[in-house]
Amino acid sequence: MTTTIIKTTTRILASLILVFGAYIILHGHLTPGGGFQGGAVFASGLALLIVACEDEIVKKRFEKVPLSPLESIGALGFLGTALLGLMGYTFFKNVIANSGFIFGGKTPIGINPGYLNTGGTLAYMNIFVGMKVLAGLTSIVLIFFLLLGGKKDEW
Amino acid sequence: MNFSALFWALQVLVGLGLIISATAAIRFKNLISAVIAMAVFSLILSLEFYILQAPDVAIAEAGVGACLTTAMYLLAIKNTTDEEVIE
Repeated sequence: MTTTIIKTTTRILASLILVFGAYIILHGHLTPGGGFQGGAVFASGLALLIVACEDEIVKKRFEKVPLSPLESIGALGFLGTALLGLMGYTFFKNVIANSGFIFGGKTPIGINPGYLNTGGTLAYMNIFVGMKVLAGLTSIVLIFFLLLGGKKDEW
Repeated sequence: MNFSALFWALQVLVGLGLIISATAAIRFKNLISAVIAMAVFSLILSLEFYILQAPDVAIAEAGVGACLTTAMYLLAIKNTTDEEVIE
């Protein structure tokens, strides 16, 4: 699967797909989509990078990527952000909203185009869920490619 | 302007495309062609979700259904044979 067509398409499209996935994750509290959708789009960009290259390049490229710690950080970070609401309130209480912290800007009243610096814990949860989803889906495709990848001729 | 007639016609077209691509995915003897037909099915299905005003589900369907499962199927077929074997 490493023909010239796929390689050229990947060189043009992969960065665009990755940027779009990051956009969907970061704007999860404003636009359609969120952590899972953005993570799936990001993982599809990484799957394109995996599928379009040879064995050695993929091994060298993904050797340093900590996919398993990334997935654990995603789950624990989500739970930690939810536990943050226990500071005198209830589980999942949005304590960062309107507090002046990052993503904690004051929400304007009325119809507005949507500002990125609002939302409180929702943005953090979207980021953690996206991290977990992209690590999990990418590791599935990577294991399919590396463990099952025999030394067969191209077709 | 009234868009309901336009959306009705679009939904008929989307339904026809779904039936055609699903039938193609079943009928193709070459497994790679069948997988590509499945990807087309997922893409048309995500268009249908978008028409039904569920953009969340449309993005998830396009990302998971049209790209990731296609990559997994192609990697699995690459390690076996791409012709259908009937015992």
